[in-house]
Amino acid sequence: MAGLFTHQLRDALATLGRLSRQPVATFLTVGVIGIALALPAGLQLLVEGGRGLAGSWNDLRDFSVYLKPGTGIDKARELSASIGGHEEILDVRLIEADSALAEFGADPAFGEALRALKENPLPHTLVVRPRPEATPEQLDNLQAELGARPEVDLVQLDTQWLMRLAAILEVLRRGIWIAAVLLVAAVIFIVGNTIRLDIQNRRQEIEVSKLLGATDAFVRRPFLYIGFWYGLLGGLLALLLLGIALLLLQGPLGRLAALYGADFAGFGVGLRTLLGVLGAGVASGCAGAWLAVSRHLSAIEPRV
Amino acid sequence: MIRLDKVTKLYRGGHEALREVSLDINPGELIFLTGHSGAGKSTILKLLALIERPTRGQLLVDGRNVGRMPAREIPAYRRQVGMVFQDHKLLDDRPAFDNVALPLIIAGLGRREIEKRVRAALDQVGLLDKERQVPLALSAGEQQRVGIARAVVARPRLLIADEPTGNLDAALSLEIMQVFRRFNEVGVTMVIATHDLALASRISGRHVALDHGRILDDGSGRS
Repeated sequence: MAGLFTHQLRDALATLGRLSRQPVATFLTVGVIGIALALPAGLQLLVEGGRGLAGSWNDLRDFSVYLKPGTGIDKARELSASIGGHEEILDVRLIEADSALAEFGADPAFGEALRALKENPLPHTLVVRPRPEATPEQLDNLQAELGARPEVDLVQLDTQWLMRLAAILEVLRRGIWIAAVLLVAAVIFIVGNTIRLDIQNRRQEIEVSKLLGATDAFVRRPFLYIGFWYGLLGGLLALLLLGIALLLLQGPLGRLAALYGADFAGFGVGLRTLLGVLGAGVASGCAGAWLAVSRHLSAIEPRV
Repeated sequence: MIRLDKVTKLYRGGHEALREVSLDINPGELIFLTGHSGAGKSTILKLLALIERPTRGQLLVDGRNVGRMPAREIPAYRRQVGMVFQDHKLLDDRPAFDNVALPLIIAGLGRREIEKRVRAALDQVGLLDKERQVPLALSAGEQQRVGIARAVVARPRLLIADEPTGNLDAALSLEIMQVFRRFNEVGVTMVIATHDLALASRISGRHVALDHGRILDDGSGRS
């Protein structure tokens, strides 16, 4: 077992050494892989950040339910309790007409005008906070349901922009998945083609090795390690590119979030992204290598 | 004990390279396969190395018909057969040491054992001082000696050589044959194909004459 590990380690290091002796060719291949992995990973981070920002705008998802004038406070409380039990609603706050009037009255801009009125013109109002996971469609349905109640005069909900944002993010998210699949496929083809050329260049060595009794596994192993190293190095380069890009975007994104009053802790390459990018790199590198060796090594048989 | 029992080899296109050839190769023997081009010498070597399979007949090694051996078992079989080629088949980008070490690496030996055995093999062919030289920096005779060192380093039970002196002048050819002779004297079974009858006749061993895929004389005194 120790011998097997030693051979594996020796092959792994030997192939790394071989790549280092061809720095330009290796850099070009690793560079293409790195960019191909960084693009979808970077876009995914941005979309996740966008979703995070949208999710942090909970107060912007609150909507107001204005009750009809003349609705009594008891009825308003009863309605508040009834709505509060709705499965898509997190919280309901009742703003009594008198409290609202007092609040407006304290504002110098409205105070004098309100004092001139004989009656309180403001209705009782329910401020409804939906659950964070409620979709824009569910909010629309909720709005219609609440608006149909006889005590309700008006439901004010501005979800259009949220729906557009969510739709855009969904389109982006799916687009990124498609791009990711295509780019990972591209990595597999790049590694496969690079290793195909390597196999052709080392045809004589493969033939001689097979003549001397090398098994297919022995011949295949160095090429699989090359795929592994290409994938790993490409993944590391992708993470480096992501780090640089996010560093450059950190300031502008923070300012953008601040304009919408949203929390912004900053985008970052978390453990999930790190493992995802490295895993995708290694898996696609090994897959490309496996495809190449499966396709081309069996065709090489000793000739004397 | 290796036995070819009524072996026929037909290549694609119908060319009959061997026709019902029977030959016994005893342990420790040095056999020269002689004959003109197309006589079937190289085909016998290819069969012994399982590069080709018999079309008919049996290739028996210690009683087992290796001519029908599953493909997955061939590498292990080949590790018991040392091979020397006319064109050496050395890896041009590797020094002599690495070329000779290749069979031992394939066999999975440890680094120290590899170093010990490679140096011993290079010493036996007189090239210990040239272990770091790449093949192109060596003469044709030296390259062939590296090839021989590579063929014997894993201590094979059988060594086959296909026209090992084909590219060498007379003096170098004799020198190479003497190297083979020395290895045979320590017990390595050898089958050497050569069209150079004069050279083969200068080395003691069994001479098997072939012509058009048939054995004219198997050198045992029975034919």
